Amino acid sequence: MSVDAETVRKIARLARIGIDDAQVAPLAGELSTILGWIEQLGEVDTTGVAPMTAVIPNHLAWRTDAVTDGDIQAKVLANAPDATSGFFAVPKVIE
Amino acid sequence: MTALTDLTIAGMKAGLAARDFSAAELTAAHLAAMAGARDLNAFIVETPEIAAAQAAAADAALARGEARPLAGIPLGIKDLFCTEGVQTTAGSKILQGFVPQYESTVSGKLLADGAVMLGKLNMDEFAMGSSNETSAYGKVISPWKARNSNRELVPGGSSGGSAAAVAARIAAGATGTDTGGSIRQPASFVGIAGIKPTYGRCSRWGVVAFASSLDQAGPMARTVEDCALLLTSMCGYDPKDSTSLNVAVPDFTAGLTGDLRGKRIGVPREYRLDGIDATIAALWDQGLEWLKAAGATIVDVSLPHTRYALPVYYIIAPAEASSNLARYDGVRYGLRVTPPGGNLADMYSATRAAGFGAEVQRRIMIGTYVLSAGFYDAYYTQAQKVRTLIAQDFEKAWDVCDLLLTPTAPSAAFAFGDKADPLAMYLNDVFTVPASLAGLPAMSVPAGLSADGLPLGLQIIGRPLDEAGVLDAGLAIERAAAFTARPA
Repeated sequence: MSVDAETVRKIARLARIGIDDAQVAPLAGELSTILGWIEQLGEVDTTGVAPMTAVIPNHLAWRTDAVTDGDIQAKVLANAPDATSGFFAVPKVIE
Repeated sequence: MTALTDLTIAGMKAGLAARDFSAAELTAAHLAAMAGARDLNAFIVETPEIAAAQAAAADAALARGEARPLAGIPLGIKDLFCTEGVQTTAGSKILQGFVPQYESTVSGKLLADGAVMLGKLNMDEFAMGSSNETSAYGKVISPWKARNSNRELVPGGSSGGSAAAVAARIAAGATGTDTGGSIRQPASFVGIAGIKPTYGRCSRWGVVAFASSLDQAGPMARTVEDCALLLTSMCGYDPKDSTSLNVAVPDFTAGLTGDLRGKRIGVPREYRLDGIDATIAALWDQGLEWLKAAGATIVDVSLPHTRYALPVYYIIAPAEASSNLARYDGVRYGLRVTPPGGNLADMYSATRAAGFGAEVQRRIMIGTYVLSAGFYDAYYTQAQKVRTLIAQDFEKAWDVCDLLLTPTAPSAAFAFGDKADPLAMYLNDVFTVPASLAGLPAMSVPAGLSADGLPLGLQIIGRPLDEAGVLDAGLAIERAAAFTARPA
């Protein structure tokens, strides 16, 4: 699998990672090498094999649908880059 | 008299109980060692005030006769574990200045058992690396040097700070985390012991997530017994982690005998790689002889899908990482970069471009690619199916053997920059990744030296929840190897 420049830009956009033009070609080369290497998995016959969902058989436990904590607004916001009036603040998202 | 920092954890416990020295003295000795070894860059944050206060509390508990199992034992905590009130960065610039308002379950259990925290240990960024070269806070330097060489060596990764601190006698033990070998490979590189328990044994709550179906915490220490002591405190059911196993935790030190009579040790023939380092192959054979001498029988086993383990890992781990690391968007914590006039999407992209290092960006992009529409089944679903086959290989092996013995890593520690190609670096995890994919307990024990005088480890892999069996075989190797070499 050869990853082209357009694909690199598309993946970066999906991953929300800003890249500049100088990074595109090296990334295309690295991703092509890695993806080319992992493509060998295609040669394994997995007919009838179930994909692994839990590495150690373990049933997910249910818990009561109840509030388990709360009243910790200051803690929740303690590491926010921008907290205004008790909320996380972000750049304007509506016109 | 032996320096306090040279004692094992078991020796420290005995000395504290006998009042040969106080926890305050023990901690002071380690803080002095930490200050004297800053050139290793093993710590991102040092917490001497916290350590002194915890040591004082341990001394008070010892005086009252109420000491918990780890009272006064000085430990380093990998910077992947959230520590309440102490900066936690996962080795990333994107979390610089992040001060958790909560304590991870595992570090909390160690502290509740009386341990003293010396500081937060450096690591590869988000645990992605096998050499500790990807930390945003600089590389960690191994305390070891090859014979007749002055080149600085990697301590292994991602728990490289943990490995270096324990090997350099700064910390008596440390927490590590292992996703594809990040406890075992650095332990092997610096000549210490480390165990990754069964997936789900240790709670992942409060541990910065890399690849959730693989990540598992475990201890790193200078002896097998010390690992057993720490592991006993670290394990246990945690309702806050839905993958936590609700099973009893034995006292892992209680069953340690090193007597392997009746045990069958499997040798996976697929691990005999072409061109394997001759010294490592010889050490592996020597290890089998040691286990035989301890009463075990050796059997040949086949794990036919071994060669696919690395490519499976390098699909599944980045896929999970790309999802887990989506939370670093500059909104709730960590770095925020907003370009002038930029909107929310611009903020996300600029923040993640500035905050993540090259390896993390590369893995997020691989993960995003293999999960994207059109490629999901070809890559991700196929990898999950091959992962099932790899786990089944191990299940079949357990029909004929109780434990497996392999080398831990294909080489001794290498010098910085020697594996600049990402793929060459990934191949370093060839022996550790299969057990990770299968969720099995596995440990590395120092067993010998390379031709250049650098440590080499042997790996023991066990059945699910058989940490006791793994540790016991580890003890047999530790005793037979009598590994006494230490960094200059």
